[in-house]
Amino acid sequence: MSLNYLTPEFKVIRDYDLCINCKVCMRQCANEVHSYDEQLYKMVADDFKCVNCQRCVVMCPTHALTIINHPQDFRQHANWSYDTIRDIYRQAETGAVLLTAMGNDKPYPIYWDKMVVNASQVTNPSIDPLREPMELRVYIGRKPDKIELDENLNVKTQMPPQLKLEVPILFSAMSYGSISYNAHASLSRAAEKLGICYNTGEGGLHKDFRKYGKNTIVQVASGRFGVNREYLNTAAAVEIKIGQGAKPGIGGHLPGEKVSEDVSETRMIPVGSDAISPAPHHDIYSIEDLSQLIFSLKEATDYKKPVGVKIAAVNNVAAIASGIARAGADYIAIDGFRGGTGAAPKRIRDNVGIPIEFAIASVDSRLRSEGIRHTVSLIASGSIRNSADIIKAIALGADAVYIGSAALIALGCHMCQKCNTGKCNWGIATQDPYLVKRLNPEIGYKRLVNLVTAWGHEIKEMLGGMGINDIESLKGNRLMLRGIGMTQKELDILGILAAGE
Amino acid sequence: MKKIYVKEEVCIGCKLCEVYCITSHSKYKDVLKAFKFESITPTPKIVVEENGPLSFSLQCRHCDDAPCVKACITGAMQKDPLTGIVTCNTDKCVGCWTCILTCGFGAILRDEKNKVASKCDLCADTGEPACVKNCPNDALVYSEGGIKA
Repeated sequence: MSLNYLTPEFKVIRDYDLCINCKVCMRQCANEVHSYDEQLYKMVADDFKCVNCQRCVVMCPTHALTIINHPQDFRQHANWSYDTIRDIYRQAETGAVLLTAMGNDKPYPIYWDKMVVNASQVTNPSIDPLREPMELRVYIGRKPDKIELDENLNVKTQMPPQLKLEVPILFSAMSYGSISYNAHASLSRAAEKLGICYNTGEGGLHKDFRKYGKNTIVQVASGRFGVNREYLNTAAAVEIKIGQGAKPGIGGHLPGEKVSEDVSETRMIPVGSDAISPAPHHDIYSIEDLSQLIFSLKEATDYKKPVGVKIAAVNNVAAIASGIARAGADYIAIDGFRGGTGAAPKRIRDNVGIPIEFAIASVDSRLRSEGIRHTVSLIASGSIRNSADIIKAIALGADAVYIGSAALIALGCHMCQKCNTGKCNWGIATQDPYLVKRLNPEIGYKRLVNLVTAWGHEIKEMLGGMGINDIESLKGNRLMLRGIGMTQKELDILGILAAGE
Repeated sequence: MKKIYVKEEVCIGCKLCEVYCITSHSKYKDVLKAFKFESITPTPKIVVEENGPLSFSLQCRHCDDAPCVKACITGAMQKDPLTGIVTCNTDKCVGCWTCILTCGFGAILRDEKNKVASKCDLCADTGEPACVKNCPNDALVYSEGGIKA
C-alpha cells in the first residue's frame, strides 16, 4: 500500500521510573493503544491509536502517564494550520465525509464570557441566601392570558399543564443508543432526586426507566423511534425534535453496530440496522402541519402534558420561534451551535448555526414585542458550562437551560470527540458491554446530583448579590447584564448595555 | 462479621484491586516502592476471574466451618474466634497446598517465591480492605450480610 501521510495526533509519555507494569492502562484502553512487550519487559504505546480520552492517565496507580499533543508540527502558516492539512490528508486517504462528535469547537467568540452580571450596593441591599429564602423553582409551559378569581378569591382560570422544576436546569436530549444504558440510568435517577427532568432524545424510553416518567421528557423526532401511546403518556412532557444545534438541517444517524437487542426493542427497529432519522419530518412542510402534530400529541395525552418543540439556532430563529409559539407549542427549546452530539459531519458541526446567546435574546425580544411571550417557555441549550452561564441565559430571556455536555463531563467524559466510534473508554457513548459497565450508575447519579446542587448554590449567591430572591425576577432582566468587548450591533441584538453605561 | 462482596455488573476487570492488595501487604505500603524496590514483591491475595465482559474479583470467603482450617497439616490456617477472619501463619506453613485442594472457592493462591499459601486477611490491621478502598468503580463492598439494595 502507498504511504500514509498522517502522523499521530497525540503522544503518550510514560515515566518508566514510575511504571510498575501492572497493565491497568492496557486493560482499560478500548482503542488498544497500550501493550506489554515481552522482550523489552516494559509497556509500550501505539501513539497513532490514541484519542486522548485520559482514561489511562486517570486510572494509573502511580501517575506514570501523560498525554500531550504530538510535538511533530508543520511549518507555521496562518492559512494552512495543522488541523486543516490533516483533514485533507484524511479525506485524500479515505474519500469519506469527516465525522466527529460534540459541538462546534472553532474559536468563535463565546459571548457568555463577554457579559458580566450586576450586583447591588448602598441604595439597594444585597440578599444573603444563608439567611433569607431564595426561590429557584420554575414552571415550564404555557401561561394563561389572565388569571380570573371568583368571589372567594379562588383561581377560576383553567391552568394549562406545567413542568415543575426545582432548579431551572434539565438534562439534554441524549438518546439511548447514542449514550449507554448506564448513562441513562444515571441521568434519570439524578433527575428524580433533583426534582428536574431529563430528556430521552429520539431513541425511545427504555422500559427500565418508565418508573422515572414524571421526571422524563420524551421526544418525537423525524424517525419516530419508540413512539407509541404508552411512551407519550408515561412522560411528563413531549418534545417534537425539529433540529439540533450541532447539525442543523440534517437528521440523526445511529450506526447499526450500536443497535443491540436492547436498543432494538426500545427504538422498535431490527437489531443491527442503522437508525437513520430523515432531515425533515415528512409530515411537516408548513407551520400548519407542525400545529397539527402539536395538537395530535396533546390529544394523545389528554391535554395533560406540555408539548414543546426543539429547534436549532439558525438565521431567522426569532421568526421561526414566533411561528412555533402561534402553532400552539407550550415551550420551545433552542439549541445553539455549540450543542453537543454523538455523531455529526465536521463541516456542518463547525460552520452551520449561530450561538445560543444571540438566539435566546432575539427570540425573547421578538415574542415580547408580539405580545405572545407568556404563551411559551424558552429553554436554552448549547454549551452551558457553569452557573454563571445559566444566570446570563435567564437574564437574556430563557426560562431554563438544558445541559448535555456538562452532564456527561460530570459522568467522566473528557471531550475526546470520538463518540461516533462507539469506543468510549468512560462507558458513556457506547453499547459495548465491556465499556458500559465502566460507568457505575450508583456513582454517576451522585456526581450529577452534586453538580446541579453546586450550581444551585452558586445561582442563589449571584441572585442574592443582585438583590433578587426569585429566579423568575431575573427572567429577561437585561438590565442585570453588561457587555465587555462587544460591538454596538452585538449589544443591540442581545439587548444589553456596555459595561460602565 | 463483615465480608467483601462483588457487584459484578460494575466490575471492569482493571485489576487495580490486585495492585493495591500487593501494596497493602508489602513492607513499604507504597505502590511504587512495593513494585520497584521490594526484592520479592508480595503475591496478590485476590484473583480476578474473567469470562467475556463478565469479571469479578475473588477473595477468601472466611467460611464459618472453613475446610482449609480443617485440612491444614501444621495448624497454620486459623480462624480467629473473635473476628471470624481466617488467616495463614506463614511461619508454620510448609507449602503442602492441601488448603488449595480443599477450598471450594479457589480463593487460596500459591506464593511460589516464599512457598507458602497466600490468602485474603481482610487487611485486618488497617480496618478496611485495600481492594475495597481503591476500587475505581465501587464494585467491591465491605459489609455485613451482603450487598444492600
